[in-house]
Amino acid sequence: MIWLFDLIGATFRNATPLVYGTTGETVTERSGILNLGIEGTMYFGAFTGFAFALWTGEPLLGLLAAIIAGVLAGAVMGLLTVTLGANQHVSGLGLTIALIGLSEFSNRLLIEGAEQKRVPPMEQWNPLGFLGDVGTIAQQYGLTYVAFLLVAPAVWWMLGRTRFGLAIRAVGENPEAADAAGISVARVRYASLMIGSALMAVGGAFLTLAVLGSFTLDIIAGRGWVCLALVIFGRWRVFRGVLGALIFALVYSLGLRLQIMPGFEDVPQELMLALPYLAVIAALAISGRNVAYPGAYLKPYRRS
Amino acid sequence: MSAAGGAGAAGATGGMASRTSGAKAAVAAFSGTLGIAVLAILITLILTAPLILAAGASPIDAYLNFFITPLTSQFRLLEVLVSATPILFTGVAVAIAFRSGYWNIGAEGQLLMGAVAATFVGMNVEGWSPLVAIPLMILAGALAGAAWAFVPGILRVRLGIDEVVTTLLLNPVALLVVKGLVQGPWRNPDGITESPPIAAAAEFPTLLAKSRLHLGFILAVVILLIAWYVLSRTATGLRLRAVGLSPHAARFAGIRVERSLLMVALVSGAIAGMAGVSEVAGIQGRLTPGLSSGAGYTGIVVAMLGGLSMPGVLGSALLLGDLNVGTNSAERALGIPSQVGDVVQGTLLLVVVGLLAIRRWRVHRSDRPADESEPPPDDERHVEGAPG
Repeated sequence: MIWLFDLIGATFRNATPLVYGTTGETVTERSGILNLGIEGTMYFGAFTGFAFALWTGEPLLGLLAAIIAGVLAGAVMGLLTVTLGANQHVSGLGLTIALIGLSEFSNRLLIEGAEQKRVPPMEQWNPLGFLGDVGTIAQQYGLTYVAFLLVAPAVWWMLGRTRFGLAIRAVGENPEAADAAGISVARVRYASLMIGSALMAVGGAFLTLAVLGSFTLDIIAGRGWVCLALVIFGRWRVFRGVLGALIFALVYSLGLRLQIMPGFEDVPQELMLALPYLAVIAALAISGRNVAYPGAYLKPYRRS
Repeated sequence: MSAAGGAGAAGATGGMASRTSGAKAAVAAFSGTLGIAVLAILITLILTAPLILAAGASPIDAYLNFFITPLTSQFRLLEVLVSATPILFTGVAVAIAFRSGYWNIGAEGQLLMGAVAATFVGMNVEGWSPLVAIPLMILAGALAGAAWAFVPGILRVRLGIDEVVTTLLLNPVALLVVKGLVQGPWRNPDGITESPPIAAAAEFPTLLAKSRLHLGFILAVVILLIAWYVLSRTATGLRLRAVGLSPHAARFAGIRVERSLLMVALVSGAIAGMAGVSEVAGIQGRLTPGLSSGAGYTGIVVAMLGGLSMPGVLGSALLLGDLNVGTNSAERALGIPSQVGDVVQGTLLLVVVGLLAIRRWRVHRSDRPADESEPPPDDERHVEGAPG
């Protein structure tokens, strides 16, 4: 049984960066903007968070720096896709290439040395420790609690129950009508990009600040691309996206644990690591048929 | 086609501008594809200057190292061509796909699978004639790249699954395949994470003594010429481009859009796969996880900077090859981490796409026809309506 509790706990832990990324991407896509900068934004968040935590010795300041880095990345995406109305696919890919390059460049300049630099990893909370083995499920980093209990419900509430959320959905579905109703399409899209990108950056920083306590190259390893798929899998709904993140993380965590099980010694580790990506593609193939994209998806808005 | 279109458009406004002002004429001349590329490079250099200052070097020295130093000796010049080789393949692969309305962002994975197939053939042709071994290896790599591109392609045309996401997701998977092979069945007996070397018969011959320039460069240029001919001079190319410009209109004109998209996916994947063959057989001589160094993604920069035209791809691949050799020399000479090259590439892509957008609304205002130097912003996949 301890094996099962450990698996469930690991699933929540491994789903955490995906919950931040998927929720963030849901916000930007609901406003009509596909942000392929997600992979780079998560990477940049991971690096910035670590660099500032190392510099100040305080992980929370690192987290704050990651949030600011994400907001800036979102603003650059906004400048291109909202102000200039540039092609969203290419803008996002350019942002990803530039931010990964910038992180690795800064890493060489500031941090990389003979020995691996580390920050003290964030503490895990263990509120149900008195329950024994079952309680280990709840032994998680604070950022995991924030993701599932604060960020996902708050974004769900914001998108569905507030005026601002209504404005986001309006500019994502029909910017002409939103404009006519007095909503500033540009302002709402900028705000969506900045909020969404900040969440993505926190997802990246979770890996460096909480899980690893250090920064390694290729740390995001396609998690941003997974989030893009999860948004479609979740049909642009926050909790369906969270469910997708949990399924991906379950397959991922299961794969890691199966390797040490008898009978699985000869299965290459890489196959187990590739499995969740293939599972996401399969999930899209099964459920992603004829999904309805936001009405103004990929369409720049310009008053004529 | 696109370069000619851009020049024609610039010429047309040149005539118009004689009636207005000289400054306007200068701006109009710069709205051609080449003008955009030159302007984009200048803006990118200004934007990345702070990084060079942060590394403690003078931007002027750095730029001389990035772009001019590689051109100053025969050896370095040939290294520029060596660097340009993989991104010529991937640039052509991406440009064909984007021109034809198919978002293949999986060139990186397709390249790696081409490399896997080439290594498999290369390790099993000991003692064969190179005249058999080399074509077989190229064919195997192209087929492997096409096979890797088939899954996203068929999911797109049969089920309407966005190929952007699926091509991207298969890139990390391809890297895991390579890592799994070199750490498992193809583990080098000497321990390091690379495959055993391929047979001598499978190695691409070098073109000049004392140089690494190899057959792959010739192959890349031939592929580029064929792509140029097919896209701009044949009915097939016209159909592909028609789908890229407007799938609705193409369907209305009787073109089988799904067939066109699937064909483009396979061709694009095959060309990207050949990039992997070229790196294995021409440079590495074995399979290594780092053999791509991001050539699949750089192909996107090459294609966009080249205005999605084949002459443009040739020019921008050479320029980015120059930059690649240059950033390595700047690392040795000035201590600037060579990763600055990735920042320059990404920024360049952002500036190019931004300038294209600015030109698009200038074009819109003056009623000039749009050209094909950037992909259309939308296609028919995205059905209007509320999220289900």
